[in-house]
Amino acid sequence: MRLNKRSYIEGYLASLVLAMGLSILPLPVFLKVVNPDWVLLVLIYWVLRMPEKVGVFNAWLVGLLVDVLTGRLFGIHALAYAIVCFFYLKIHKRLRQYPLPQQTLFVFCGLLFSQIMLYWIETLQGKVGISLIFWLPVLTSALFWPVINIGLRYFRISGHIN
Amino acid sequence: MLLISIALLTLDHRSSRIDNTRSILSIITYPIQVIVSFPIEFFEQVTEITFFSSELRKDNDSLKQELLASRVKLLKFDALTNENIRLRGLLENSFKLGEQVLVAELLSVNLVPYEHVMVVNKGSRFGVHEKQSVLDSNGIVGQVVRSLPLSSEVMLITDPNHAIPVQVNRNGLRTIAIGSGRLDRLILPFLPNNADILPGDLLVSSGLGGAFPQGYPVAVVDSFTVQPNKPFANISATPKARLDRIREILIVWSDVTPVPIHTPERKNPQEIKDTQDAP
Repeated sequence: MRLNKRSYIEGYLASLVLAMGLSILPLPVFLKVVNPDWVLLVLIYWVLRMPEKVGVFNAWLVGLLVDVLTGRLFGIHALAYAIVCFFYLKIHKRLRQYPLPQQTLFVFCGLLFSQIMLYWIETLQGKVGISLIFWLPVLTSALFWPVINIGLRYFRISGHIN
Repeated sequence: MLLISIALLTLDHRSSRIDNTRSILSIITYPIQVIVSFPIEFFEQVTEITFFSSELRKDNDSLKQELLASRVKLLKFDALTNENIRLRGLLENSFKLGEQVLVAELLSVNLVPYEHVMVVNKGSRFGVHEKQSVLDSNGIVGQVVRSLPLSSEVMLITDPNHAIPVQVNRNGLRTIAIGSGRLDRLILPFLPNNADILPGDLLVSSGLGGAFPQGYPVAVVDSFTVQPNKPFANISATPKARLDRIREILIVWSDVTPVPIHTPERKNPQEIKDTQDAP
């Protein structure tokens, strides 16, 4: 299969921008605390789908953008995303064969690891007031993985992005 | 990659050298924030346009009355200001001049769920800089924590990592109000059980620390619980600014350098450091 390079880049960027928009959407408080980490989900999808195109450096750059977007310490998301994407790059062949529930479990682990990294760095920085609800997005993100997976696959097939 | 990230993290934490890179990247991310906030603002504008004219007229009438009332109050305020300057002149104190303000609009975006940081649409292009205080028409909202070229981030006084020096308006008792992580609550953890403070007391900014201008309303005390077994009482307050529904805010440039005053009796303007007149 020949890669249609232009539409691949367009699709990749469009889904990332959409994910960034979703992650800063103003929501009522009870929804706000469970807002999933959309950008990481989309990144994981593209890493699994196109491991030869979307690599660790890519994830790192996206992480930097997320840092600027959400006003975090510079490099915190970059570090977390790069490490998580590195793991998925290592196991992408196995993970692609798994059925969706098992895949979701693996994605949950990755998201949890990313959140742990964020937590460590935030507390090292001396932040206080991070309560248990900080961990809720991990759960909701994992629950949204099937949606992201099927949605992006549909988007990819309908847009002839291979 | 790991090493670069860790280097970036420490650099950003220790110094402000990366701010330029951040500014450049923020030009990429700013459109996303604007796009996200656009539909909500558009919806609000549409509801405003389609407002019934009778309601508009009613609004207009009540606003006119309010204007009249506040004009009268302002007249009195002018007289009081003059009197204050005169009295301070007698005490050989200098008077701080009024502050310069800039109106900025909030972008409807939510950065992090566990922090109270807002994005406003005026940035360093308008001369906004860090540590400026931010007000609305009711009281103090927070302070600028980061200014980017096109936008800036404002930390609210209710953020758990924020503290503001305040003063009880009734008797001048000074303390510190700390954010609780809830938009309608501030905590005053450093007052002893026998402190002279009552529910309903107005807390104004004391101006100590230099971050906030003096004398603006911050919060109203709503509960005071004595804890007999602990050194400090349990006091909470409600912010005066309506933090959950503000649209426009004022970014303040406060003039911290004392301004000399002209007293009619003495010809020479004196420059004396503004001292605290409270004992």
